[in-house]
Amino acid sequence: MLGFLLKRLGAGVVLVWVTATATFFLTNATGSDPARRIVGPQADAATVLAKRQELGLDRPVLERYWDWLTSAVHGDLGVSWFTNQPVGGTVADALPISLSLVVAAIVLTALVSVVIGVVAAVRGGWVDSALQGASILAFAVPNFLVGLLLALVFAVQLGLFPAIGYTPFAQDPGLWAASITLPAVALAIGATATVATQTRGSMIDVLGQDYVRTLRSRGLPTRSILLKHALRNAAPASLTVLSLQFIALISGAVVIEKVFGLNGIGERATSAASTGDVPVVLGVVVLTVVLVVVVNLLADLALGWLNPKVRTA
Amino acid sequence: MTAPLLEIEDVVVEYPLRGFRQAPARVLHGISLDILPGETVGLVGESGSGKTTLGRAVLGLAPVTGGEIRFRGERISGIGTKARRALSRDIQVVFQDPYSSLNPAMTVADILTEPLVVAGASRADADRRVRDLLDEVHLPQDAGQRLPREFSGGQRQRIAIARALSRDPAVIVCDEPVSALDLSTQSRVLDLFIEIQERTGVAYLFITHDLSVVRHISHRVAVMHRGELVETGDAAQVTSDPRHSYTRTLLLAAPVPDPARQAARREERHRLAAARA
Amino acid sequence: MSLLSDGGPAAAAAPSSSVAPTAVPPRAGVARRFLRKPVAVASVAWLLLVAVLAAAAPLLTSASPTASSITNALAPFGGDSPLGTDGLGRDVLAQLLYGARTSLVGALIVVAVALVLGLPAGVLAGYYRGRFDAAASWVANLVMAQPAIIILLVVLAQFGRSTELAMLVFGVVIAPGVFRLVRASIIAVRGELYVDAARVAGLSDPRIMRRHVLPVVVAPTIIQMSQVLGIAIVLQAGLEFIGLGSANQASWGGMLNDAFAKIYAAPNLLLLPGLAIVVTVTACSLVGNGLRDVLGVGATPPVRRRSAVRAVGPVVEDGRPSSGTAPAPDDALLRVEGLRVAYPEPDGGEGEVVHGVSLTIRRGEVHGLVGESGSGKSQTAFAVLGLLPPQAHTSATTLTFDGGDLRGISRRGMNQLRGRRIGYIPQEPMSNLDPSFRIGSQLTEPMRHHLGLSKAEAKAKAIQLLDRVGIVDPARVFDSYPHQISGGMAQRVLIAGALSCDPDLLIADEPTTALDVTVQAEVLDLVRDLQAERDLGVLLVTHDFGVVADLCDTVTVMRAGEVVESAAAAQLFADPQHEYTRSLLAATLEGGPARAALTTPAGGTR
Repeated sequence: MLGFLLKRLGAGVVLVWVTATATFFLTNATGSDPARRIVGPQADAATVLAKRQELGLDRPVLERYWDWLTSAVHGDLGVSWFTNQPVGGTVADALPISLSLVVAAIVLTALVSVVIGVVAAVRGGWVDSALQGASILAFAVPNFLVGLLLALVFAVQLGLFPAIGYTPFAQDPGLWAASITLPAVALAIGATATVATQTRGSMIDVLGQDYVRTLRSRGLPTRSILLKHALRNAAPASLTVLSLQFIALISGAVVIEKVFGLNGIGERATSAASTGDVPVVLGVVVLTVVLVVVVNLLADLALGWLNPKVRTA
Repeated sequence: MTAPLLEIEDVVVEYPLRGFRQAPARVLHGISLDILPGETVGLVGESGSGKTTLGRAVLGLAPVTGGEIRFRGERISGIGTKARRALSRDIQVVFQDPYSSLNPAMTVADILTEPLVVAGASRADADRRVRDLLDEVHLPQDAGQRLPREFSGGQRQRIAIARALSRDPAVIVCDEPVSALDLSTQSRVLDLFIEIQERTGVAYLFITHDLSVVRHISHRVAVMHRGELVETGDAAQVTSDPRHSYTRTLLLAAPVPDPARQAARREERHRLAAARA
Repeated sequence: MSLLSDGGPAAAAAPSSSVAPTAVPPRAGVARRFLRKPVAVASVAWLLLVAVLAAAAPLLTSASPTASSITNALAPFGGDSPLGTDGLGRDVLAQLLYGARTSLVGALIVVAVALVLGLPAGVLAGYYRGRFDAAASWVANLVMAQPAIIILLVVLAQFGRSTELAMLVFGVVIAPGVFRLVRASIIAVRGELYVDAARVAGLSDPRIMRRHVLPVVVAPTIIQMSQVLGIAIVLQAGLEFIGLGSANQASWGGMLNDAFAKIYAAPNLLLLPGLAIVVTVTACSLVGNGLRDVLGVGATPPVRRRSAVRAVGPVVEDGRPSSGTAPAPDDALLRVEGLRVAYPEPDGGEGEVVHGVSLTIRRGEVHGLVGESGSGKSQTAFAVLGLLPPQAHTSATTLTFDGGDLRGISRRGMNQLRGRRIGYIPQEPMSNLDPSFRIGSQLTEPMRHHLGLSKAEAKAKAIQLLDRVGIVDPARVFDSYPHQISGGMAQRVLIAGALSCDPDLLIADEPTTALDVTVQAEVLDLVRDLQAERDLGVLLVTHDFGVVADLCDTVTVMRAGEVVESAAAAQLFADPQHEYTRSLLAATLEGGPARAALTTPAGGTR
């Protein structure tokens, strides 16, 4: 088990490195001259040259890469080309907002989808039909549209939640919860449909297995067969889908943050992308991929706990 | 003395294991066996004995890492894919599972003509041959237009036999071809095998776990245990008066449909086990 | 397995082993069946309509989708702009029509790129495995770990806003999904024996690929592409919504962006582009679902009303006559008379697979239930245990265990008998142990439930049982997981489980069929010893007359759901009464003559 985790950790480190390197070269070795972009089209050649020297863009790309990588390993992600703010700080300020959103959404997804998936698999009937219909709809309605509708109904019409803005947890936990409820729900709906469909499918698979019939032949109560044996065996597949959904949630959060005026990673990334602020974009990429690696590791840990073949290997 | 059709000489099969410098898993530990033209050699063993692997080695589907296999005196183990394809005319196969050995999306006629078309037969010739083949395995003529799923296990096995026969092979590797069938179907399919052999002179390497099947169909029997050959001999001798103790255990373990005789055999088996302990 | 091979008429045709996506590839009739699905047809019609409208946009409106006129902002329906104008005075109809172009073209770019990258890579990786597979899978995992929008942000930051470029990149991002699906399908089909058979038949690799392998990939890939179309439209709208679509290009997502800016002034601007996206993407999913139903790939069918885990509904009373003879002795442990099992059929009727079976088992008697596949023997055993699938319809004139009527018994009442007084030994040892729990936990759970034992007591008893069934190191096996023990050991564990609460009746469904003969002999010895030791009644379902001869006191022979003969074992073997029994006994090869050694090679001209 420990060997398995170390292997996955190693793979995670490689993933971060490869992603960061690919992004670095994509953003530093291609495209138009960033110095020209920053100083504007009216500036003369001397200004552009000065800017290029200031940013160190006149140095060979490999040298810049090495500098960037060694600083990044030490936690220094460089400085924004436009605001001169350190990227690390900018990103770190935005992180709690996005993290609150994504974590709340994933927890919501996990809880709701297990309940719906199990009920649909076991009870069948209208719950099952409703899940099938809802999952098609949840797939078809873009999450930002869901967010807009939720904001219109629950924030604007009913005034139950704030329509925009974020309150830090440390400032007021109640307001914090209120400020992320609607965005998290909007974000979670699509993921919930996917994970619930997977849970339903794997529960049906497991319930058709020989060992479930044998457990029934032992006269065990239905509750124990369902919630102890069947769910345990169906869980790994759902967990795998859930960890993939986490990645999709990060994507979704970038859009949802705009709807709810949350100044999170997505907002920073979007504005950096539209201005071409390469250090910030790079910082965001590194941060998200680290986040993905951490979540994958947690998922591996849980999978190892659920699946004795992994644990005893 | 006729020259052997197929010679298996000291064959070793090993599968590489995952992991750095891991010694490969050796499934066959040097097997030697001959098959004469028109002969059935029964290969008996329990699961994990390597009997199926030996069959796959003859078919070129398992890696022969030591020794060699010869067909009519020519080495056929470790040859290139092109030379291997040329052997398809002479060496054929009938697998155990009548469900997964036929492509469910193809009609029976397509399944039967495939080897012929590959060999360059014209469509018309191939269609004619299908009629003959269906006849040979006692299936109705309209079977050609139907899909495998419309047939029972026994009928599917007949289709698989017809496919194996389509190019008049010299030897057919039969890998547990009747194990998945019901008893009554089983004996009819075995009789079909014998009938075809008597008519065409094809040789069989007949792999099975069932000593009574092997006794019924084989001229000679070879017994495998943990990747080694423990006993070879005429069918009557190996299946009624085995020399090796493992063969004897195998023989006594299979229950016979007669309560009194079975009780006696059980006694004998217990005695044998007690004596060994 | 036994349920399948012995099951209803539909089950007889179904290959029991193929769980992999090796569905029947499209053949004639698929189109016809698809056309019979109104929802799918309507969805295709909608997608075609959108395509036609998008293509014909310049013919349908003279307005420019991008020309803004501040003076004419937020115009109502009718007039020059039939659907009004947006916050910048742009014509809504024109934006919808031209926006459809953007959406469809973008989605098609994604599908094309994903297919071009994913399909060949998946085919090669799945068919040849090895290093290419390792490398391609590594890259696929790498790409799948990246949030799509982040990748798109990087690319757009570098190369400027462009919807087409974004869709091209998104195609790359989604290609691993295609790769993995194709690869998995190919690996599954590659394990099929018919691919080996084709190789032995002399087919070249490209030919095997074309004839046997690729057709299997077609159906799941088409279905996946219908989903990818929808995903692409949604993602594209998201990008445009956050303002990263091509500048000066009408798009549904762009319309939503504009509507968002005016959300208080004119919330109804959300409606049309929102609907356009939702309906179009829904249509994509529904086309995919329709194809999946028609092609029979991968979907789990809807679950019937009744729980899949629950016992069957009570066996109902039945007054019809029964086949077979039942002398009805007073000391009967199990009495079955006129047992019928039927399954609903697609045409709405019912197909009966067990037609009024009767049998009686006394305490201490081993009763063999013999028949070939499809004879209904396993169905009979499961009906007694109440373990048939929920859709089975079971009835009997008499069904008693130790004098108590099992017909109409509650689930709770049945659960007090099962495991406690009636033990069950299944056929396949490995698939009948829960892979996620230790053997000890699986053994002790019923004992603690039925007998109220403490954890320590249950453990002590379980270890004692494991020892009794001949397991050499019971303490180690107690702490093992099922995958750590052999099949023969697993079967001993299951026998221990069946006996753990000291039942009176044991129902064994082909308990040795999956085992090697030498292991079979040991397991039969074990069952015989335990039966004698505990004076158990045993219902032994088997197809093997040798097993019957070894173990049974009385025998019932079944054919096609009916009892043909029932007698004491010695009598049945010595003097079978029914023609069918005689033919079955005659079919056994045992005791027949061995084939003579080959003298002259038959037809040895070859």
